[in-house]
Amino acid sequence: MENLWYVAGTIFQLWMSVVVFFIMLPAMFGLSLGVTEVYIQVLVKILEWATLRIQRGQQEQPSAPIPLHTGIIERVGGSMEEEMWQLRCSRPEAAGAFCLSDGVYFCKKGLESIVEDQVTQRFSSEELASWNLLTRTNQNFYYISLRLTIIWGLGVFVRYCVLLPFRIALASTGISWLVIGTCVVGFLPESSAKNWLSELVHLTCYRICARGLSATIHYHNKENRPQKGGICVANHTTPIDVVILANDGCYAMVGQTHGGLLGILQKSMVRSCPHVWFERSEMKDRNTVTRRLRHHVAAKTKLPILIFPEGTCVNNTSVMMFKKGSFEIGGTIYPVAIKYDRRFGDAFWNSSKYNMVSYLLRMMTSWAIVVNVWYLPPMTIQDGEDAAQFANRVKSVIAHQGGLLDLAWDGGLKRCKVKDSLKEEQQKMYSNIIVGQNHIRNTKTCSETREDQ
Amino acid sequence: MGSRASTLLREEEIEEIKKETGFSHSQITRLYSRFTSLDKGENGTLSREDFQRIPELAINPLGDRIINAFFPEGEDQVNFKGFMRTLAHFRPIEDNEKNKNPPATEPLNSRTNKLLFAFRLYDLDRDDKISRDELLQVLRMMVGVNISDDQLGSIADRTIQEADTNGDTCISFQEFMKVLEKVDVEQKMSIRFLH
Repeated sequence: MENLWYVAGTIFQLWMSVVVFFIMLPAMFGLSLGVTEVYIQVLVKILEWATLRIQRGQQEQPSAPIPLHTGIIERVGGSMEEEMWQLRCSRPEAAGAFCLSDGVYFCKKGLESIVEDQVTQRFSSEELASWNLLTRTNQNFYYISLRLTIIWGLGVFVRYCVLLPFRIALASTGISWLVIGTCVVGFLPESSAKNWLSELVHLTCYRICARGLSATIHYHNKENRPQKGGICVANHTTPIDVVILANDGCYAMVGQTHGGLLGILQKSMVRSCPHVWFERSEMKDRNTVTRRLRHHVAAKTKLPILIFPEGTCVNNTSVMMFKKGSFEIGGTIYPVAIKYDRRFGDAFWNSSKYNMVSYLLRMMTSWAIVVNVWYLPPMTIQDGEDAAQFANRVKSVIAHQGGLLDLAWDGGLKRCKVKDSLKEEQQKMYSNIIVGQNHIRNTKTCSETREDQ
Repeated sequence: MGSRASTLLREEEIEEIKKETGFSHSQITRLYSRFTSLDKGENGTLSREDFQRIPELAINPLGDRIINAFFPEGEDQVNFKGFMRTLAHFRPIEDNEKNKNPPATEPLNSRTNKLLFAFRLYDLDRDDKISRDELLQVLRMMVGVNISDDQLGSIADRTIQEADTNGDTCISFQEFMKVLEKVDVEQKMSIRFLH
């Protein structure tokens, strides 16, 4: 019995010294020992080899389906007016009135959206171009060779038996130190020393958590890093976005108060630095929310607020509509684009499929998380622009930098039905056509249109 | 390490669908992935709610009519075969010439069958005639609240007058085909599927 305690004690001491010397001290100073970099390079070599093997295997078996990461269909065609005009070519005298062929336009559009639409695919993980040796991404891939299977088996062993326990231990260490550290710092009186210490505690613990996910983060354009009194907006893929951003700077988080473990974390964090936590009832009242955030921003000495205007997690192939509430607060907006490299692990949190715990376990059993973060130049609302237009402007800047598709659809469509007003817009557009509003088309004859094509 | 998408879809089923609809093997597998991603209840069939979850379809004025085309008379669920059969109407026509063995019966994506699909959009009660009431209802779906009842009524009357040749104040399928005879149905009612 005593031996058992002795062994447990030794292991604990060993673990603590590893963590302190190899992880915590470098994290405090923002340095890295380079272990993760070597690991990533080795992984890249293995994955490239696997890709070549798979491609060779596919060439040898031509009958098997080749996985496509392009779309299923090719959409052609212009606006509603152009298409209607072409459909009516057979009866030019009916231009401006209803024609039975009009239904064909809606029919085709409807069928195209059934086969492939722009929105629903954003709420599930994107398919990979080539298998990355994780069981969970194995959708259209099949047995290729013995060597590949052995490597895959080794990968499973390494990920689940070696990396997973290490990562879980590291993550729990990081979180518990965050709670303890912020609690301790909270006892100090308000001073610049307290702020500095609080930042140090936050940064160190977030870096430990990032190590717990084997996260490699590349920050670009650090000169545009969000300043105090500003608002940082970013595209949202996963709750881990917070850890990713907080590795390089301190932010004031905004969110709902939770119970349980997360609640304890929130309460201790707010003692050392002013985060903005809302009760559930307060969140519904937009004015309260805006007022508190405005208050925070106006005090120019407070940390920049971190907001995800999409309001929900999207799968990192596109940026969906930004809710204008964040852009009504005023102050300078610092846009940030986050793009995950899907080869090493899919970071998207599909909240309808996985709860938080199983999601974190999946994260910790992926190869790694490799992410690029671009800090973009600050933006402010311009004269004659309203909050929605400003939001769209910021959104397209982020989408452009991150190589993501800029969509106008609301991320809330994950859970809710689409608003009726969008259907009414389509009906209004069509009504304008058959009541003959566009006279320009009537002058062009059918033969001219045919020659153009 | 099997292909997860097609473990539930047997090879014989793929062959059957290939013969009936003319889609290629890879197209059928891709469309099966799409079918399963729409099937939130994971019971192998789609209901009307599953279709309405697609935002682009929900804002389509004729969305409900298109969804209805997938469901046979009186049924609320459509399986993968039925799904493919309906989609087959929108295969491009020139693909048929690539087949070495043309099917004995008329292919689903022939010009006539495409026009029949469009006809059924208007024919609400499936009695092979488009009555004035049915035309009015479909028109109302397409224009919403933006046109008055009177104006819509006169549009419907004019349309029927121009199309009706046998004087029964309804549009039959033959009359419908005559109205659309110059429309490039091959292009306008085909979806370009990638291989």
